[in-house]
Amino acid sequence: MKIPQRAVAFLASALLGMPAFAHKASDAYLTIERDGRSLTGQWDIALRDLDNALGLDVNGDGDITWGEVRTRLADISAYALPRLQVSSGGERCLLAPTASLIDTHTDGAYIVIKIRGTCPAPGPTLVVDYRLFEGLDPQHRGLLNFIENGRSDSTALSADTSPRIVGGDSGGAVRQFATYFNEGIWHIWTGFDHILFLVSLLLPAVLVRRSTGWIASHSFRQSFWDVAKVVTAFTLAHSITLSLAALSIVVLPSRLVETGIALSVVLAALNNVFPVVKDGRWIAAFGFGLLHGFGFAGALHDLGLPAGSLALSLAGFNLGVEAGQLAIVVLFLPLAFALRSTWAYRRVVFAGGSAVIALVASVWFVERALDVGVFSAIAAQ
Amino acid sequence: MQTAVPSIRVALAFAFSAVLATFAPAASAAPYLPDSDDAVLERLPEKGDPALAELKRMRATLRAQPRDLETAVAVARRALDAGRTLGDPRFFGEAQAALAPWWKADDVPPAAMLLRATLKQSQHDFKGSLADLDRLVVLHPELPQARLTRATVLSVVGSYEAALRDCDSLVRHVASVVVVGCQATPASLAGNARTAYEGLVQALYYPSRNADVREWASTLAGEIAARLGDFVAAERHFLNALALDPRDAYLKGAYADLLLDLDRPREILKLIADDTRNDVLLLRLVLAEQRLPDQRGVFDAHRDELAARFDAARRRGDSMHRREESRFRLGIQNDPKGALQLARDNWAVQREPADLRVLIEAARAAGDADAEKIATDWANAHNLQSFVATTRGTTR
Repeated sequence: MKIPQRAVAFLASALLGMPAFAHKASDAYLTIERDGRSLTGQWDIALRDLDNALGLDVNGDGDITWGEVRTRLADISAYALPRLQVSSGGERCLLAPTASLIDTHTDGAYIVIKIRGTCPAPGPTLVVDYRLFEGLDPQHRGLLNFIENGRSDSTALSADTSPRIVGGDSGGAVRQFATYFNEGIWHIWTGFDHILFLVSLLLPAVLVRRSTGWIASHSFRQSFWDVAKVVTAFTLAHSITLSLAALSIVVLPSRLVETGIALSVVLAALNNVFPVVKDGRWIAAFGFGLLHGFGFAGALHDLGLPAGSLALSLAGFNLGVEAGQLAIVVLFLPLAFALRSTWAYRRVVFAGGSAVIALVASVWFVERALDVGVFSAIAAQ
Repeated sequence: MQTAVPSIRVALAFAFSAVLATFAPAASAAPYLPDSDDAVLERLPEKGDPALAELKRMRATLRAQPRDLETAVAVARRALDAGRTLGDPRFFGEAQAALAPWWKADDVPPAAMLLRATLKQSQHDFKGSLADLDRLVVLHPELPQARLTRATVLSVVGSYEAALRDCDSLVRHVASVVVVGCQATPASLAGNARTAYEGLVQALYYPSRNADVREWASTLAGEIAARLGDFVAAERHFLNALALDPRDAYLKGAYADLLLDLDRPREILKLIADDTRNDVLLLRLVLAEQRLPDQRGVFDAHRDELAARFDAARRRGDSMHRREESRFRLGIQNDPKGALQLARDNWAVQREPADLRVLIEAARAAGDADAEKIATDWANAHNLQSFVATTRGTTR
């Protein structure tokens, strides 16, 4: 069999092997500096690569002039900026170009886009999703230099890899631990589903069940131990699953987790109104605590864990959650114990409160299971 | 250049943007605003190159129909060729983009699969390349291209016996000069350098209409002759090949290495004068300029430029340049330890004679008996003793 001339020519050159590397592959140079919630940056993108994407050489003479670039500055920003998504605390930061200049790198002329931005949600890390020239040059890389607290870190970004987490580890171990500890506290205080679940389990701790109904507990000691058992079981359980999920050992779909958490709140609250589980509430706390741990992991995922010091941040976040939870217990227990024999506590707080919690959590359950917004729909009307 | 007043720098940018692009250090001067719309900022590669202009048009066509296999294969092939000839890796990115619909799948048309394997090889993903080629050889035993390419990749990773088996299977399927050329490198490294060389010379004796194949075979003959220590013959082969294709970057690199061994650095200045954008060739130029006292100024600029390019490659995570960087560390920066580390890492994936040489030179300079033993054992096992004996320190 005779192979075509064209193929032989092609293969002959293929057989010569490749010079190890030459010229320069396509890189863009991206600098992002963060100060709190505001970002400043600079993005150097090769004109040759932009020509490939946008056809800058309008007159087709093989030269890119400043005139050809200047008239397309808006197009260039409109092409590039949506391909750089930066988020913090699970929310996207808004980036806008402020100026465009020209610079020269080793392989030719680059446009320099100055960027300014703000992040609506604060967070210890930034998640950078880089997709410049996706589909046009799979070998393109964005060389990111991330600056924070006077420290800079370099990473190579590409559309092929998953979004990169930067930051969160500048400023030393103590500072980093403190950041995640803080985030943990904040998360439990603003995570109403976790608080309502805990409160539902704690409400009966200052009461004793008799055949005639609930009566006030006589011993603070007994109430204290009851609370301690529930809180410890809950803590242990969610610490286990939080770690497993944060380290990607066990991963559950978030809709399933969130729906399960809503259901756990409904059941815990209903159990106060129609008691089924009496002495074993700590077991329920443990079982459902496993689910809540996956929920915490979801929040931690949005914050991003710095790859270099994962364990430290995870421990900080977990202990923060415990601290926040303990603060709730410390407030709750003396207050509830003081009010335990009042009619108001038993009827309004305990029975009424549990019923309201069950109702609210049922709505969450429906919202999360069916992916609809019941509360927002009501609010809209 | 960094200290020049802005207006001068801008004026220079207008007039000599190409020159600037070549010599400007990585961390360039401050960004500026050009003051004239007519200022030429960038000269695109297709300027004055009709083949590249055609490639650009074909890419536009492909963008409208990205799944059109025929266009995609044509674009990928041309881009790959351009990347090789010019030594410009951006074209490999373009080739890969053209093959995107077929890049990750297992069941891929043979033409796309072959190009994919060739591209992977050019990215030094030898494992991935061989996996594709193995599949192709099984599914399409009628394609000599697949075996020919696989023989090359197998030679690069040091599997000479397997490479030879692929070449042998090509007999009567392709022109005999292609078979001999295919066999020459693995055979010469499997202990039959003299026979392989004579076979090639004989095949070259017969006139062939295919200049590409002739140039390729002459280059191979030059490389083998140089390894055999016959520098006069080697130079003759290289010059024959250069007459057929004066632009071939691979060939120029091989010839420059011979000139370095012959201590004729001044001839390299002429050979590589227009190729400073190609890092592989810039390395040879720097090695030559280092030996020429009157080239001191240019040498300094080129050395810094090359160091910046190695840095840039490292930043983007490329590890394809280790062989060249090892030579640079040893010969220019006088850093035997760093050179040896690079040479060892390189040797783990690539086993061409040039890789062996880099390893042995770095091992000797660093005084690392262990690494030197790895290299000499390999040389003894593959009858490369004479090649190793001609090897001398690149620092002089």
